[in-house]
Amino acid sequence: MALDDQSKPYFKFVGTRPKRPDGIDKVTGRAKFGADSYAAGMLHGAIVRSPHAHARIKSIDTSEAEALKGVKAVVTRADFSKDIKFTSGKDSEHWNVLENVMADEKVLYDGHALAAIAATSALIARDAVKLVKVEYEILSHVTDVDEAMAIGAPVIRKGASDKSVPSGLHENVVSYYESGHGDVETGFTEADLIIEESFKTEATHQGYIEPHACLASLGSDGKGELWCTTQGHFSFQKVCAALLGLETSQLRVTASEIGGGFGGKTTVFIEPVALALSRKTNRPVKIVMSRSEVFRATGPTASTSMDIKIGMKKDGTITAGQGTFRLQGGAFPGAPGGMTAMCAFAPYALKNVHQIGYSVMSNRPKQAAYRAPGSPMAAFAVESVIDALCKKLDLDPIEVRLKNASRKGTKASYGPTFEEIGLVECLETAKSHSHYKAPLKKGQGRGISCGFWFNFGGETAVSLALSEDGTVQISVGTPDIGGSRASIALMAAEELGIPYDHIRCTVADTATLGYNEISHGSRVTYATGLATIKAARDAINKLCKRAAEKWGIPEEAVKWEDGHAVPSGPNAGDFEPLSLKNISEKMGKTGGPIVGHFEANPEGAGVSFATHIVDAEVDPETGKTQILRYTVIQDAGKAIHPSYVEGQFQGGAAQGIGWALNEEYIYGSDGRLQNAGFLDYRIPLASDLPMIDTVIVEVPNPGHPYGVRGVGETSICPPLAAIANAVSQAAGVRLTELPMSPPSILAALKAE
Amino acid sequence: MSNIHVNTTVNGDEIGFLCDPRETLLDCLRDKLSLTGAKEGCGTGDCGACSVKLSGRLVCSCLVLGAEAEGQEIETIEGMSRDENLHPLQEKFIEYAALQCGICTPGILVATKALLEKNPDPTETEVRYWLAGNLCRCTGYDKIIRAILDTAADMREAS
Repeated sequence: MALDDQSKPYFKFVGTRPKRPDGIDKVTGRAKFGADSYAAGMLHGAIVRSPHAHARIKSIDTSEAEALKGVKAVVTRADFSKDIKFTSGKDSEHWNVLENVMADEKVLYDGHALAAIAATSALIARDAVKLVKVEYEILSHVTDVDEAMAIGAPVIRKGASDKSVPSGLHENVVSYYESGHGDVETGFTEADLIIEESFKTEATHQGYIEPHACLASLGSDGKGELWCTTQGHFSFQKVCAALLGLETSQLRVTASEIGGGFGGKTTVFIEPVALALSRKTNRPVKIVMSRSEVFRATGPTASTSMDIKIGMKKDGTITAGQGTFRLQGGAFPGAPGGMTAMCAFAPYALKNVHQIGYSVMSNRPKQAAYRAPGSPMAAFAVESVIDALCKKLDLDPIEVRLKNASRKGTKASYGPTFEEIGLVECLETAKSHSHYKAPLKKGQGRGISCGFWFNFGGETAVSLALSEDGTVQISVGTPDIGGSRASIALMAAEELGIPYDHIRCTVADTATLGYNEISHGSRVTYATGLATIKAARDAINKLCKRAAEKWGIPEEAVKWEDGHAVPSGPNAGDFEPLSLKNISEKMGKTGGPIVGHFEANPEGAGVSFATHIVDAEVDPETGKTQILRYTVIQDAGKAIHPSYVEGQFQGGAAQGIGWALNEEYIYGSDGRLQNAGFLDYRIPLASDLPMIDTVIVEVPNPGHPYGVRGVGETSICPPLAAIANAVSQAAGVRLTELPMSPPSILAALKAE
Repeated sequence: MSNIHVNTTVNGDEIGFLCDPRETLLDCLRDKLSLTGAKEGCGTGDCGACSVKLSGRLVCSCLVLGAEAEGQEIETIEGMSRDENLHPLQEKFIEYAALQCGICTPGILVATKALLEKNPDPTETEVRYWLAGNLCRCTGYDKIIRAILDTAADMREAS
């Protein structure tokens, strides 16, 4: 998208920190989240889930459950669309979603849904679940990625692989990616030191505090309403309609306030089930997941096994980088093997680079996106090896990264050539930051790491309507997952030249706007922001036209300046400026409503980089790691609402700290998840963390009118490696597996 | 199973409701009394999103049975500002951007108000440990802690 007017000399509203429009709702308890909706005559749904990692369903007997007083309906796979068939490879998108929502012939992981019940109360529905009798033929299972790829591993599903997979690989490998440039073998011969190391990371969960929840109403005429917590209600509309065999437009989906998503609320789980139960009972049905259901059956991130080999000269020049990334994505295709490989070496301008990514199936829940899917793990492996090389060659880790850093014009490790990017600026900021120079005590270590994410644009529609009192309402189709309504209103204020408080930004339902891609890929402030700016400009053109008509001069002779239509120059005539309010209060009589629109796919998202610095202390007696100080430095392009940009930086760092030190999916040899609760799956507490300092670097993205780059995901890419590097210095042992929990650190210390 | 009639006081108002003996106080607040400000994040007392005060004590309402509320006084997030003015903590949370998604916010505000009533001048460490039972996944707690310390300072000055 060509944007000719990026060089705005200064901003009046953008870059300020006004109160968010939904602030009072959120601090008073009034904000309505997924589980906060009720309907007259509503039933409650509950789901029957497999206790086995892999089993054939021989029979399901629901008679006892149905006989329980208050039970109104039971649904199984038979209650969903018969038109969705399994085909091999990538064409099975809807089949895969349906198979995960409701198992057919086999259950594929502990927690896999296979039936559901609607009853007059949640207690009765849960009681009825226990009365459903399922006969299983237990099959052998596999949950580890390396084991799932090995000869003899149980096949999760025949024919699931796509055409990218070379022959000879296990059928659980469902996708293969390979790229690079130069010749790594030549590169390694030029190196003074080569380090080769293998790494593993366990699956972690997005850990949003709000469980999945929805309220569905569907009639036998195929017309329905769905209220749900989601990152993308338009996508939910499309997928639910397909799974239920409905016409998309007959299902209206409204997004509730969303209590955290981080990628995990980009896909349907209970929503099609609630719709099926509603259709069968002709009553509204509400389903709310328990926390253990969230852990057992919704998207953790992929677990990984990775091999890295990097060669370096004595002066710090990286001569070659090679990586193999195996990603376990649960019982369905889709693990981000390719993206992991693409991100791995992206921060560095390498002459010789080669990367391979495998997406592998196993008997675990289907992985879902989690903030820059794949990139944090890749960074953990690559940045750990770079750190080890720096240590052995006695080089400063920031200087080495600066020496090899990608910049404008670099041919990226994954193919394209970078435009304006801010990695060097991040590294320079880190180098001169007081944190990097602060002294460390014995037993403490400092780690740094870079991180990279692509960012994304995607389908976007925005409508911006003027009211007669001169205020503006904006309808967007991207759920607000972290304060985006404030940023959107700020950008509209900037364009229109009216106060921030005169604008209200609403997340509209699917009946109100054209299709909007999910709130993912760090796209909202970028794409919905760009769409809002364009919609405002569309409205401004219409306002200028009304002024031109009033003044009797050509449209081209009117321009918009600081919230007013003014003659474009002395030749245009001498007229009093007309404010937005002056024009809109008469719009009914001068041609009707004034609404600005934008509907397109913004394609200039602009990649982003970050550098993190972390100090850690390891207790040699317990193996416990304490994070002492943390600094996030990241390129935001242009920070629209700096407080929420800082919030994204801090939140990503905190999640990364949890991933590095505590969080993991623990499976028993029976294939059952052993820690499906917040007590045993421990996310960081307030008492675990220090303040998280932030520095916002601004290297404008040429693909956005104000230079915005997405910020939500890049912030989780460096922490795993930065902390591993700090722990390595503090404890004197390098950990190559995550999490670096106290027992694993103790074991490493003992092995020394 | 027959329902139990419970008489209680919620945010100063006398209220009665019928509940199943197995229903939690959280279920009752949300489903019987339409007070949905308290959230169920875990149902096991780990996340604190359902924090309320029960006769002066900070509790996870998911760990209290509805029937136990008989004769007690309950304070929820809905009672935190009784007129058009927000509580200083609520004001400061908005000003500091101390919330992103906002699902943990009611519980954290209720818990923090209870802290400041006990200890008007907490250290950063005291705030962090007091809130160790309230999970926030979005913010990394930084802006929450700053907002609380600043509110406490303001409230000390005002009193």
